[in-house]
Parts: sequence; C-alpha cells; structure tokens
Amino acid sequence: MNFYETFRVAFEAIVSNKVRAGLTMLGVIIGVMAVILLVSIGEGARVYITKELSGLGTNLIVIQPGKTTTSGGFHPPSAGTVRKLTYEDSLALRRRAWLLTDAVPIVLGTGRVKYQNQGRDTTVIGTTAEFERVRNLFVDTGSFVRQEDVDTKAKVVVLGRKVKDELFGEESPLGKNVTLSDARYRVVGVMRKKGMSLGWDVDDVVFIPVTSGQELFDTDAIFEMIASTPRAEDTERAIAQIKDILIRRHAHKEDFTIVTQGAMLETMNTILNVLTAALGGIAGISLLVGGIGIMNIMLVSVRERTREIGIRKALGARNRDIMAQFMIEAMTLSGAGGVIGILLGVGLALLIPVFVDVLPTSVSAWSILMAFFFSAAVGVFFGVYPARKAALQDPIQALRYE
Amino acid sequence: MIDLTDITKNYRMGEVEFTVLSQVSLAVRKGEFIAIMGPSGSGKSTLMNIIGCLDRPTSGQYRFEQREISTMTDDELAAIRNGKIGFVFQTFNLLPRFSALKNVEVPLIYSGVPARSRKERAAPLLEKVGLADRMQHKPSELSGGQQQRVAIARALVNNPPLLLADEPTGNLDSRSGEEILNILTGLNQQGVTIIIVTHDKDVAARCKRILHLKDGRIVSDEAVP
Repeated sequence: MNFYETFRVAFEAIVSNKVRAGLTMLGVIIGVMAVILLVSIGEGARVYITKELSGLGTNLIVIQPGKTTTSGGFHPPSAGTVRKLTYEDSLALRRRAWLLTDAVPIVLGTGRVKYQNQGRDTTVIGTTAEFERVRNLFVDTGSFVRQEDVDTKAKVVVLGRKVKDELFGEESPLGKNVTLSDARYRVVGVMRKKGMSLGWDVDDVVFIPVTSGQELFDTDAIFEMIASTPRAEDTERAIAQIKDILIRRHAHKEDFTIVTQGAMLETMNTILNVLTAALGGIAGISLLVGGIGIMNIMLVSVRERTREIGIRKALGARNRDIMAQFMIEAMTLSGAGGVIGILLGVGLALLIPVFVDVLPTSVSAWSILMAFFFSAAVGVFFGVYPARKAALQDPIQALRYE
Repeated sequence: MIDLTDITKNYRMGEVEFTVLSQVSLAVRKGEFIAIMGPSGSGKSTLMNIIGCLDRPTSGQYRFEQREISTMTDDELAAIRNGKIGFVFQTFNLLPRFSALKNVEVPLIYSGVPARSRKERAAPLLEKVGLADRMQHKPSELSGGQQQRVAIARALVNNPPLLLADEPTGNLDSRSGEEILNILTGLNQQGVTIIIVTHDKDVAARCKRILHLKDGRIVSDEAVP
C-alpha cells in the first residue's frame, strides 16, 4: 500500500468526522499559536530592549562609585572607606585615558522648575558639553551646556522638550529666566524630542552644568561618569586604563564599579532569552495537552473502527498498513493543526503591536520551525500508541466486534 | 489444494482451557463446493477461520497449495488472505463510508495495484453481479442482497482460487439468498473452490460435499448425490 493511498484513507476518515477532527485540531492549533505568540512577545521584548540599550550611545562605559560586584564573603559596613567619584576624576580620565573619546560626569537629582506661575517637578542632570555626543541626545534650538559654563558654574539650563512645552507652550524660552529650586537660571537651549526610553521619559528633564549641579544639590561628589571608546575592541583596555588612573587617585582602592554597555546588553539578552524560553515552555504545555487530545480521539477512533480494521485485515492489510493508516491520520490532524496554528500565531503576533503599542513582538523563523516540528512530533508521539493498538488487533476479534 | 492434518485449536478462558477443534483432518481438492454444517459451538467458524488464515491452529499441520501455513508470519498470512482467499460474511462487512466500487477495490489497495487499474478491475465484477447501476452507492443505500453481491465482487477481485462464505444467506430473505447461491454456484462451475459454513439444509443441498461437525470433530463427510 503506497503512501498516497494511506494518506487518502486517513484524509477521508478525518473528513467524514469534521467536527470531531476540528475540535481535536483546535488543541494543537491553540498550542502552536501560543508557542509562536509567546515566543514572539519574548523575542520582541529582547529586540526592543537591545535596540534601546544600543540607542543610549556606542561602546559606553559607566563608572559608578562603590564596589558593587565584589564576590563572596560577608562585608561588614565600614563607614567612610568609600571615596566618592568627583568631577576632578572625570577631568583626570579625560586628560590621561587616551583610549576614551569622552568621560562625562553626571550629577542627578530632582528639582522644581518654575516660570512665572507655571511649575514642574522634573529630573535635573548636571553634566558637561560632551554629554550630547556620548548619550545621543541633542539640542534642538539654542545650545547645550558649554565648557565655560562648567568652568564658571554658570546658572544656565537646557530644557527637555516636555518641560519647555509645559512651562512655555508656544513661546520661545531662549534667554528667559526660570527658577530652579530657588535659584535663577537662564534658558540657553531646548532638547530635541526623544520620547520614552527604557521606561524613562527623556523629554521630562533639564540639563545644567555639572558644577552648578553640585552646588544645587550641595555635594562635591558626582553620581556617575559615562565614558565611551571609539571602537568596541578597545573596551577591555580602556577599562584597564580607567582602573589604573582612578585607583591611583583613590588611595589605591578600587572603590568604584565599571559597567559596560556590552555587559549590560549581554545580561539583558541572557535574562530575556530565559524569559522567552520560559514563555515558550509554558505554551509548550498547551501543545502537549493538544497532543493528548489527539491521542484520546485516536483511541476512540480505533475503537469505533475495530470492525473496519478486522475487515481490512481479512482482505489482506498487513499490520503495518493499519499502523500507517492511523499514524498518518494522527499526523494529519496535528500537522494541519500546526499549520493553522502557525498562520494564526504569526498573524496575531504581527497584529498585536498595531493595537497594543507597549507590546512589541518579533516573529522569528526558529520559533515557527520549532512549533511546526513539535506539532508534527506530537502527532507521531501521541499517534503511535493508538495506531499500534489498531495494528495489533486480532482480526477475528475485530470482525466480531459490534 | 487444502490439506489439514490433525488440526487442534484450544482457547483459554481465564484458567480454563477448552478445545474447539480436536484432531480435524480434511483434504479439499481444487474445484470442490463444500458445505460445513453443525450446531452452534461445534467449531465450524473456527475451522473456517483457520482455513481462511485468520487464525492459527494450536497444533497440527495446514498446507495451502503445498505451502505450510501454520508457521507463516502475520505478513505472509495477510498476503495469502489478500491474493488467494475471498471472504463472504454473514453481515457483509462492507466499509460503510465507501461506495460499492471503492469497497470492491480495497483488496487491490493491499496488493499494490495502482488506483486507475483498480477501477478497471473492480467495475466489471460489479457488472457481473448485476450492480452496474449501483457502483457509486454506499452500503447503506443498498439492500441486503445487493450488499452481499458487492461483498462477493470484493471477494473475487484478486481472482482467488478459494472462496470462503460464512452463512452468506443468513441475513437475507429467501429470494436474495437464492440469487446469492446462484452466483456462488456459477462461480464454482467456473472453477472457483468454495466452502460455505451454514445451518441451512437447503443451502447445503446446493453443494457437492457436506461435512458435519460436532464438538470439534468431523462426524460425517459425504458427497451430495
């Protein structure tokens, strides 16, 4: 008995029981759809976060005060041993770490910006001129914080787009004075609109010179430094250089932490791959349930057709012919369910971002292949037992079966 | 053509083993037309199943066309059933989803005949049993007599030398039964060996040789005058 014939017999059996076949397939359809959908949501999150992290700048190295990645052991809190990072540290890096294109100091806080009777609580970032270039955030009109502003502790401010819109509306803010935590600042620039990035509204922020920021927040430390290298390959050496310079300035103690953009990307990737795998695994359970549904229906089908099996055997069907007939029936059910599930899953994955813009999706070829492979495997795995049961029927018993 | 020597068949039901056939020996020559009679439980169906290669004897030898059957594998038995033996059952045993024509084609599927030639071989047989105008009908759309004629066409489609009929008229009214017997008689005249299991003396009277079975033994074996 050739394959085509076996397939046709199986197909006819399925068609003759459309509703039941449809319901059985539904289990696989939902399973495959869930796998593709959830994996594409996981993938989407990964792609989105990778893109956002990369959008922060290129080859970034962030230096933060305090050693946070010491390994092992219990560290009793020892007051005063951690030396803060300072503006001077960033100057030293800029002067001596020749592998770095920039080393930008950051002071971070919140403050209330007021213009006339409008006010807004916002994020205040004290920094230097190079921030623009390193962080890929650019001024739209006017100018950014300049080096002489930093040197002279000038009371100038660059407004984020949202802050400008809130306080000035259509009016041009350039040259106007705003109050920032009871001090008067002159607006020198407005940032380009950027939108949300990793959950942070980049437009709801104001920039002032780092030195003015230290005064504003009454500190001689800085929050962190952002450095960058021209080429990714230089990162390791640049880190060594930074350590070398800072350790010497910090009484031979490594009391700071260096995080690279590459390491962040890698960590995020790892986390999100695990997330994707977990989502896929959960969806896989529903595929498994679908497979059990197939087995269940195939067992019913074998029982119902006991007499048919007997007749076919009496007429010369070998065990393997009967086995093939039921296997192909199971695999047709799961395969067709798989294809429909893939179409639905891919369709939904492409539709979701259209309606829900916080849920990016990314349909990957491997998830489609995997889902199809698994649905076919489910057909084989859950088809074998009923098909074997059918094939090993005793022809006489089967013929007598009512 | 058929040589049964000391065929014994035991069945086990739980702890109890009982004998259905006991040391049955039987020789059937080509072209014979035999009726097997006997009360229920006499073992005639079991004998039929063994002759039809649906069942294996517990002991004894069964030679079909000089080949030993009792040691064959399942696949070899399937091939014998497919090519050498035609079955006609009391309950017709047609596949309900298939048309008359497709039902007749089924044995050809298992002998690997391609789809086109299957139709060419099946159709003339349906014409021969008088169902030229019923080929596309499903079994449920046919009368009992018509269904049995489809079953006979199916049994003949591989030109088997042996036809086994288990109460072929048992579910039919007397007129349809008569038609079926006429077809069988005609086939026997064309050289097909036929063995019929029956209760019906009138059916047996149409045969050339009658065997009586009782308690798993052949108690009489006589030629019909």
